[in-house]
Formats: sequence, C-alpha cells, structure tokens
Amino acid sequence: MTEISRDLLLHVAHLARLELREDELARLEVQLNDILAAVSKVAELDLGDVPPTSHPLDVVNVWAEDEPLPCLSVEDALRNAPDREGDFFRVPPGGSS
Amino acid sequence: MIDTLRLSAEGAKDLLDRKEVSGDELFAAYLDAIGERDPELHCYLHVCEDPGGEGIPIALKDVIGTKGIPTTAGSKILQGYVPVYDSTVAARCKSHGLRVLGKTNTDEFAMGSSTENSAYGPSHNPWDPARVPGGSGGGSAAAVSAGLAPWALGSDTGGSIKQPSALCGNVGLRPTYGTVSRYGIVAFASSLDQVGPVARTVRDCAYLYSVIAGRDPCDSTTVDAPDVVLPQGDDLKGLRVGIPRELNEHEAIEPGVRKSVELAIALCRQLGAEVGECSLPRSVDFGLPCYYLIAPAEASSNLARYDGVRYGYRSLDSGDRLDMYKHTRDEGFGDEPKRRILVGTYALSAGYYDAYYGQAQKVRTVIAREHAEAFERFDVLVTPTSPTVAFELGGRTADPLAMYASDLLTIPSCMAGLPGLNIPCGLSEGLPVGLQLIGPQFSENALFRVGHALEQAIAFDVVPERLR
Repeated sequence: MTEISRDLLLHVAHLARLELREDELARLEVQLNDILAAVSKVAELDLGDVPPTSHPLDVVNVWAEDEPLPCLSVEDALRNAPDREGDFFRVPPGGSS
Repeated sequence: MIDTLRLSAEGAKDLLDRKEVSGDELFAAYLDAIGERDPELHCYLHVCEDPGGEGIPIALKDVIGTKGIPTTAGSKILQGYVPVYDSTVAARCKSHGLRVLGKTNTDEFAMGSSTENSAYGPSHNPWDPARVPGGSGGGSAAAVSAGLAPWALGSDTGGSIKQPSALCGNVGLRPTYGTVSRYGIVAFASSLDQVGPVARTVRDCAYLYSVIAGRDPCDSTTVDAPDVVLPQGDDLKGLRVGIPRELNEHEAIEPGVRKSVELAIALCRQLGAEVGECSLPRSVDFGLPCYYLIAPAEASSNLARYDGVRYGYRSLDSGDRLDMYKHTRDEGFGDEPKRRILVGTYALSAGYYDAYYGQAQKVRTVIAREHAEAFERFDVLVTPTSPTVAFELGGRTADPLAMYASDLLTIPSCMAGLPGLNIPCGLSEGLPVGLQLIGPQFSENALFRVGHALEQAIAFDVVPERLR
C-alpha cells in the first residue's frame, strides 16, 4: 500500500479543506501511516466476486406527494449564521480552489 | 426524599402515577444530584431549566438536535450552535411527556471510545473517577449510573452506546439499523449511525426504545419496527444461544472479563437455553479495519458541511473564502475528526477508492454473511461487550490504534446492521463487566427477553460501589 508522504498529506488536506499547522503535519504524518497500515489488512482477502454492502438493509425508493409543507423561516435559517447581510449568508470574497 | 441513585424510570413513573411526587419535585431531585456529583463526573455539557410537565426526566447525548437548547456534538466547531428545530427522537420524547434534563458529553462528533476527545474535557466513570466512562456516549452512560438521569439517549456507530454502558455498568441498546430516525442528529457515518436508549433496567430500555422507534417521513432510511414487548419472563426455555469463538476467546479479552461472561453463559444454560459454539472467522480480525475505512470515509463527507458559512464557528483569521474554510476547519476540529477526515478523504480519492473503500464494503458483506449463517442455528449470540473494564484516563490517548481496539467486539455486528444489547454481568477489579447480546435484524424483543431474564438471575447492583 502507498505510504503517505508529506506532499500527499498536504494534497489530501487541501481536498478536505484543512489548513494544517506544521506541528500537526508532523504528528499526523506518522499517525495516518500507522492507521493506513492497520486498515490495509482488508486487502488480504480475495473478494473478487463478493458484492459490496453500502447499506445494511435492502433499500427501496421512498416517495412522497409533491406538496408544499411549512419549512424554516428565513430568520430561523439565518439564526446561527456567523455573518449575514440582509437575507443572505455573508462570506469573504473569492479564493481559488 | 427521592433517591435518584436507586430510581428506575419505571419506578419514577409509579411515583408520578401514585402522585407521591410531582413532576417538578422529580426534576428538581435530578438537578440536585447533578449539582452534587456532576462537578466531579462532568457528564453534562448543558443542563436545562425545568420545562414543566408531569413526565419523567431524560438526558440526551449532545449529538441529538434540540430546538432552543445548545447542541455541540462535543466540538468547538459547533460551540454556540442552537438548533432551530427538534430532531425526531427529541420530539418523540417530548410528545411522550419526557422532560429534557440536559445534553450529555461525547467524544467530538461521536468519534472515540472514552469521551477524552470531547473539546469540553472528558467525563469520568462513576465507579472510579480516575477511569474513563467509555465512549463516545460516556456522558449518557455515566449520568445514568450516577443517578444524574433515570435514562438517556445515546448514538452508536461502532459501539458508542454498548461500550460505555458496559464500562459504567448499565443497559444500552444499539437498535437495528433503520428502526430509529436520524433526522436532526449530528451525522458521523450514515450507513452505521443509530440512536438508542441507555437505562438502568432492560424494561426501561425496552420502553424507551418503543418511544423512539418507527418510520419517520423525515428520514427515508427508516423502516417500520415490530411492536415492542416489555419483557417479563425469567426463563430462557426454547432459546438457542450461540457463543462465537472468535469474540469470546480473543487474546485482548482480560481474564476477569472472560470469567464474568462465562458465568453469564452458564446462567443461560441454567435458565433453560440451549447453548452451543459457533464461529465468525473473519468478523473480528477484519471488522476493525473495515470499520476504520468505512466510518472515516463517510465522516469525511458528512463533516464537509462545517465550513463556517451557515452555522457554528468561523475563523477570524481569514483572507479569502478558501482561507476561511481551511482556517475554520483547522481551528474548529480536534485531532480525532481531523485524522478521520484525512483517512476518509484519502480512502475515497481517485486511484485509492477500490483498494480501500470498495474493498471494505465487500468485507462488510462477508461479515454480514457470517452473522446470517450463525443465526440459522442460534437466536442470540453472546460475547463480552468490551475486551477490558474501564481503563484509566490518558491510558490510550497517545495511540489512536490502541483506542480503536476498544471497539473490537462491538464493531462486527454494527457492520452487519444488527441490534446489540449490553447488560452488566459482574465485576472485575471492582469495575463493571458488560455482556453483549446480538440478534438478527429486528430481533430487539428477543434481546429484551434474554437481557431481562439474565438481569434477574445475575442481580447486578447498578449503583456504583463508592456511591452506595
């Protein structure tokens, strides 16, 4: 299995939108490699023809009538907002992803 | 004088029905107990004012959304968050007249086995405050054992109800996946998360399960559950009890735990059950790695919502929007959620998906099949819940893998979506040992029957020795 290098860790952290501090990076690099070495045990089984389980019950579609029902008011939806402007959540501008 | 240490929810209901105490007196008695013992045990993150009424008080794990009552999931990123709607389980409790005492401590986002990952400090075990109460629902379990709530709700992804109940010496049910609504619950790993009751007796546990179970239009993963039958009998005649070798003979199981569990198995025979051995050859060795791929993968997706935009914490140290996301999440999440987000993001990323998440989902099928095969011969499987009794605070925090191993025996059945009940079955080194009863999907009534019969026969005193 692949060893997680510092570069790969930084890449994964970016995908997860985590800005890790230098002291965290050093600690996490060791811990993540230990964890991945342990969980890689799943590769020992040859399961070519076994179907995956994504959900423990047999799932069926659940349908509902398309009827308008009461929902949160704009005030309630914005009640926990860290920042707002009028009826909008306010965020800092831009930033490339 | 109301002795909350000795009072079951059923006992509390009798007192209320006979008008020997009022709802207000009962609620006040628990607030007094919390005032007296919670400074030492730290079970609660938030204690409520009396909402009024004549019902029985209840504590809710702080991943359960409660309208107008702070809900933090043990995380700094949700500090100050006050839900504007009730989760379905909170609403069902209220509609049965239950009165919310407060919100109990949990490992951050229910990720942990000791509550030491709570951003607000750990809870302590009422049997020995130098030890952990288990986790993630250690606050609920410790509160019930210490008489700070007659019963409580927890949530269980890989053992977060059963394991703390084992370590604190009470009764906890992880219900069949799909029987209890998750609407309004802080999500961790959605193919595994279940809400369930923690109580002092099996009958209380069964009753509380009947309050919360059932289909919910707001959670399309819910299904209809069979009606709950409150257990009464004290024999196990006609019942086939299976002893899975790998979960009873694992080298991580302490001798004192094994001894108590063996005594409980002998009791099953005395009560009339037919007891036999069985095997789940790959469920234990592969269950833990399977869980620690699937749960982090799903967590990395569920925790993407904490971005500092709509609710919760936002970093002040932010330039543009991308900076704001990254700093908010770095400052708001503790170590364990970060580890799981990173492991999960990696396991789901292009080029690694098949080898990790895809393979883990296949292992999950293997585990479910092994259990299904065992249930062709047996009605209930019996194992220890935790391989050890409560461990010391700080004992496993430095090594994530050592902490993960705490859930070695609870995880396999969770992966298969099966219900599991913990009941206390004895003491080892003066600390409670938990017995895990596992049944097929929707077999809660059978678990209650076995749990109740054993509970009567074992006669375990759920009041911690140092508080008697």
